[in-house]
Amino acid sequence: MVNNKGMLSAYRVLDLTNENGYLCGKMLGDMGADVIKIENPRGDSGRKLGPFYQQIPDQEKSLYWFAYNLNKRGITLDIETADGQQILNRLIKKADFIIESFDSGYLESLGLSYEKIHEINPRIVMTSITPFGQTGPYKDFKGSDLVVMAMSGLMYITGNPDSAPLRISFPQAFLLASAHAAASSMVAHYYRETSGEGQHVDVSAQECALWEIANGIPLWQVSHILYKRAGSFLSGRWSDTKQRLLWQCKDGFVSFYILGGPSGIKTNQAIVKWMIEKGEVPEYLKNYDWKTLDMLKQTQEMQDRLEKPIGEFFLRFTKSELYAESFKRGIMLYPVCNAKDIQENAQLKARDYWVNVRHPELCADITYPGAFAKLSETPLAFNKRAPLIGEHNSDIYEKELGMSKVELALLHQSGVI
Amino acid sequence: MDKKVFNGLKVLDFGWVIAGPMTLKYLADYGATVVNLESSQHPDLLRTSAPFKDNTPEIDNSGYFAYLAGNKYSMTCDLDQPRGFEVAKKLIAWADVVADSHRPGVLENWGLSYEEMKKINPSVILIRNSNQGQTGPAAKQPGLGNHINGLAGIVNQVGWPNQEPISLQVAYSDYVVPHFAVAALIGALDYRRKTGKGQMLDISQLEVGLNLFAPNLINYPGSKVDESLKGNSCDYAAPHGVYRCKGEDRWCAITVFTDAEWQAFCKAAGQSEWADNTKFATVLNRKKNEKQLNEMVEKWTMQQTSEDVMTLLQKAGVAAGIVENTKDLSEDPQLKERGCFWIGHHEVLGEFSHLGQASILSETPAKLYRSAPRMGEHTEYVCRELLGMSQEEFDCCLMEGAFI
Repeated sequence: MVNNKGMLSAYRVLDLTNENGYLCGKMLGDMGADVIKIENPRGDSGRKLGPFYQQIPDQEKSLYWFAYNLNKRGITLDIETADGQQILNRLIKKADFIIESFDSGYLESLGLSYEKIHEINPRIVMTSITPFGQTGPYKDFKGSDLVVMAMSGLMYITGNPDSAPLRISFPQAFLLASAHAAASSMVAHYYRETSGEGQHVDVSAQECALWEIANGIPLWQVSHILYKRAGSFLSGRWSDTKQRLLWQCKDGFVSFYILGGPSGIKTNQAIVKWMIEKGEVPEYLKNYDWKTLDMLKQTQEMQDRLEKPIGEFFLRFTKSELYAESFKRGIMLYPVCNAKDIQENAQLKARDYWVNVRHPELCADITYPGAFAKLSETPLAFNKRAPLIGEHNSDIYEKELGMSKVELALLHQSGVI
Repeated sequence: MDKKVFNGLKVLDFGWVIAGPMTLKYLADYGATVVNLESSQHPDLLRTSAPFKDNTPEIDNSGYFAYLAGNKYSMTCDLDQPRGFEVAKKLIAWADVVADSHRPGVLENWGLSYEEMKKINPSVILIRNSNQGQTGPAAKQPGLGNHINGLAGIVNQVGWPNQEPISLQVAYSDYVVPHFAVAALIGALDYRRKTGKGQMLDISQLEVGLNLFAPNLINYPGSKVDESLKGNSCDYAAPHGVYRCKGEDRWCAITVFTDAEWQAFCKAAGQSEWADNTKFATVLNRKKNEKQLNEMVEKWTMQQTSEDVMTLLQKAGVAAGIVENTKDLSEDPQLKERGCFWIGHHEVLGEFSHLGQASILSETPAKLYRSAPRMGEHTEYVCRELLGMSQEEFDCCLMEGAFI
C-alpha cells in the first residue's frame, strides 16, 4: 500500500524565511510536512520578485513566490510586535521545525535567539540560512547572490579569460543553501527522533556554493594549479590543453566533449563512425587510435586537430537532430536546452514529471516542475498552491489557537496579522 | 564521546562518480558506516581523475576522489566472480541502505534489481541516482554532469548579451543532487523506523536540477520566459557587477540595491560628487545610466585591491566580495574559522583538506573521523568485523580472487 499522506505528514514546520530560504520549507512540504509560511502583514519580500504571471507585477502573481512556496499554508504575523511574538511562541510550542533566513543577530534582537526558542520547545529543529553563517569574521557581511557566488569559487572559473568572472543569471546561491538546509534539517530531525534532542542548524550559503567548485580545491592543494576561466572550454583539469564543451550547431549549441578512458572511447568511436557514414571524415581522424588518447599528455595542437572536423560536422545539423542521432548511437552529446525545450522533453513527459496545480484565484491551471525524487512507498505530492497573503489566518488563529473573530479583527487592525 | 546522528546506520554504496557518493557523504559525515564497494576492474572515474600526487595517475593518488570521500570505508569486490557476488549479497543483507549510482540497468545485469534485493533484505532502502531516472526512453543514455548542464538548461543561463555562450566547467547538478536526494532518503529512513517498510528511491539528476530554475519553467497558456543573457547585471539594481581591481586577475563583486546603499557606497569610496549627481541618485537613473556608472565604479576599484574594496564597502553596509580563486578559498578566514575544510592525514597525499559539511549543527557537528580510504583499504575489516566472516572464509574468498 502506497502511503499518500507523505512521509513527513506528522510534522509541522514554521517557515519564517524570505526568498533566501523558501526552497527549504518547500522541500519539506513536498515530503508531506505541514509547512506554515509566516509572512509580514505587508506581504513577503519575495512576492516582489519576477517573473510574474502574465507579466503583471503584483504581490499575488510572482512566479518566484509560486514556485518556491508550493505545498505550504500561509499566515501573516508581525513578529516585531509583542502580540506577534506571543502568538509565535504559541506556534513554536507545537512545531517540529523552524526555518529562518534573517540577518544573523536579528532574531536575537527580538529576544528570539535559538536558546530562547529551545527553552520553549527543546525538541525543535531550528535552521538558520545566512550568506556566511552565524559565526566567524564575515558573519555580519552583507551577501547578495552575486557576492556569495563571487566568494565561493565557481564565478572565478566561469567566463572568458580576458573579461570579468561571470555568475549564473538566475540567482543560485540561496537555492543551493536552501536545499542544503532542508537536507541538514532532516539530519537534525533524524537525531531528534532517535534522541529526543532538538538543535540549531547554522547554514552558510558561501559554504554550500563552494561545493560547486568541484576538484578546484584539491587541484590547488595537490598540484598548485589555479582553475581559470576558459570561455566555452574545459581547462586545467587534466593539463593546460583546453577541451571544447559547447559546440555550435545549426540552431543553437550542444554539450559534448572529447574524453579519454573507456566511456570516452565509445563516444569518440561512435562519432567518427557516424561521420564516416556521412562521408565526412579526414583520414587522420578515421585512423585515430582512441586508446592512445591520454588527456594528461594531450597537446593543444592535437586536440584542435581532433575537434575541428567534428565541429564542422555538427554545424550541418540542428540540436534536436544531433541529440536524436546520438541517442540511437549511445553518444554522449546533449542539446543546450531553453525553457521550451525542457517543457517538451520526452523523457520528462514519459516520467510524468510535470504537475498541474489549480489556481482558483486566477481561474487557471499552472504547470510546475514536479517531484525531486520518486519514492515507491511514500511519493511526494503537490496539492497546495502557494498561499495568498494571510490565506490561512483563520485556520491557524481561530481553529487551532482558538482566538475569537473579535481578537482577529483587533490584531488585523493593529497590523499584527 | 561524540554524539553521532547516524550511529549504527549501515550503508552499502555501489557508488560511481559524484552525485551518488556525495549523497552518502552526508550520512558518513554524521556517523553512519558507509562502505564504498569498488573494484579495481572498473575503478571509479574520480579515482582516475586529476589532481594526482606527483602528477602520477595511480589508483590511490587522486586528490579529487580523496576530497569527497572522507569518513568512508572502501572494500574491493569483483561482482563478476561468484565468490565476490556472494559477498555483495551478504553486504546487502547487512545494510539498512543500499545506494546505486551506476547507469540504470547495471545492477539488473548483476542480478541485483530492487526485487532481488528485497528477497535478500525485505526492509532495505534502495536509493538510485542517475542522469535521467530509472524509467523512460532516455533512462539508459550515457552521460556526465557536464552534459546535464546543457540538458537541464543551466548553461543557457550563463553568458553576456549578444556574445558566444560560456560553459560551466564543473558538473553543476552533480553537486545539487545530494541535498535533495539525502533529504528524501532520511525521510524514507524515518518512515521505515515507524512502519518497518523499506522502499526504492529513484532520483533523476535532470529532474532535481530543474528545481533551481523553477520560476522560469512554470507553464500556463500564454506564458513567456525572458531568457536573455544578462551577464552579471540585475534588472532592479545598479551597480550590480564584478569590477576589476589592482593586481593580476583580481576582481570584486559589488551589489547596490537601494538609494541609501548607493549613498553609503559613495561616502565609503570618498566620492561626494557621485553622491550629488542626479544621474545616479535613484535606482531608475542608475539603471538608465548603468554603463557609465559601471565604468566610473571600475575606474575607482582599479586603484584598490579587491580585499580593500570588500572591507571598505562591507563596513559601510554594502554587499561586496572578492571573486575568490581556489587559492583565496583555501586561505579564506571565514571558511577557516567555520572549519569548512577538514584536514586529515591521507596515506598517499599526506596532510590533506577534505570537503566538510556546509553547516554547523549545534549538538551533533559533523567531523572527519577518518581520511579518504585507499582502494580496498577496509576489505578485511568489512568482511571480518562487519559481516562476521571467519578468517578461513575470508582467506578462501581472497584466494579465489573475490576481492580485486
